[in-house]
Amino acid sequence: MRQKKSTEVTVGLFVILGLLALFFLAMKVSNLTSFNDEPGYRVTAEFENVGGLKARSPVTLAGVRIGRVESITLDSDTYSASVVLNLYASFSTLPTDTAASIYTAGLLGEQYIGLEAGAEEEFLKDGDVIELTQPALVLEQVIGQFLFSKAGGNE
Amino acid sequence: MDSIQRLGRWAIGTSERLGRGYLFLMAILAGIPSTLMRFSLVIQQLYSVGVLSVFLILISGLFVGMVLGLQGYYTLVDFGAEESLGVMVALSLVRELGPVVSALLFAGRAGSALTAEIGLMKSTEQLSGMEMMAVDPIRRIITPRFLAGFISLPLLAAIFSAVGIIGGYIVGYGLLGVDDGAFWTQMQTKTDLYADIMNGVIKSVVFGFVVTWIALFEGHDAIPTSEGVGRATTRTVVHSAFAILSLDFVLTALMFGEV
Repeated sequence: MRQKKSTEVTVGLFVILGLLALFFLAMKVSNLTSFNDEPGYRVTAEFENVGGLKARSPVTLAGVRIGRVESITLDSDTYSASVVLNLYASFSTLPTDTAASIYTAGLLGEQYIGLEAGAEEEFLKDGDVIELTQPALVLEQVIGQFLFSKAGGNE
Repeated sequence: MDSIQRLGRWAIGTSERLGRGYLFLMAILAGIPSTLMRFSLVIQQLYSVGVLSVFLILISGLFVGMVLGLQGYYTLVDFGAEESLGVMVALSLVRELGPVVSALLFAGRAGSALTAEIGLMKSTEQLSGMEMMAVDPIRRIITPRFLAGFISLPLLAAIFSAVGIIGGYIVGYGLLGVDDGAFWTQMQTKTDLYADIMNGVIKSVVFGFVVTWIALFEGHDAIPTSEGVGRATTRTVVHSAFAILSLDFVLTALMFGEV
């Protein structure tokens, strides 16, 4: 039995629409979007403690996102975490003495890396290492230190 | 004594229906290979079952997403966590509301139509007429509809979730001023392709199977009178809703129970 061409066309459109929706969910909603970030360059930073930082966490400069955390590995020589940052190529003018710190967005929010630009004349290149880092703030440690200093002050 | 007899009659009748439903499903599945050879029949049904439901799914998906955006915002803003709106909207749509609500709408829109169509074919003796002409009505009528429902519901659920997320984005970003970067990036970091999206797709595949099966069986098993067809249509919607919601609980417990 032949059917009208328009039926077949609308069914085709329906299937395409459904697959597009699935594609949208996979690409835009889920964490499978590593290749639609603009290309960039890699910089490594060593942290004493990364806290709750995860791969794909944002990297910001002055609050503006300029890249993502690509991977976090443990450096077995220094027992510190070695974090590879993937920075967008359009922000290629970061001085070499840029400092990296781990901050938390809000009190309970996710953790991200905040960069602070230094004053050197030379710029960071692909493969460089950020020397100045500040580890993540672990709330329990801070409270512990606070209580400790309180107790000490009373004596 | 009378009530015990009634209980027994009810039990026997229910088991008979369950058995007939199972045999009916086996007949449908046995008809799949020969239906795949004549795929144009399935395309025709995809049109009436799937394409005609798209508009309903688009509109309801958009509004469900917008309501989620509003309600989620009012709850999250108290905790200063309105950036998580994207996560909330996306996860609740992809995991639960997308498959479940589109299956419920599908049962009301397409399932009832299937039951009525087949019930009427039965009561006007078109199905027995086909048998007289040595055309197997299961392969010619039922299986194409089954395949069409089975294929369309996952697609419709995906459309529902996608449109719903866009609806949540419209409300969150356009109306309430949530930062759109945080909306998308938090959503992307917290939504997993396999654990969340694929499980949602699996759910909608299961629902598509069950809803179309119920609808076709009710139509085929209807008492061939106008009243019987009407009752069968009602039963389709009610039983589908029960099946969807209870299966959803079981599937959720299986999929997300152990993290």
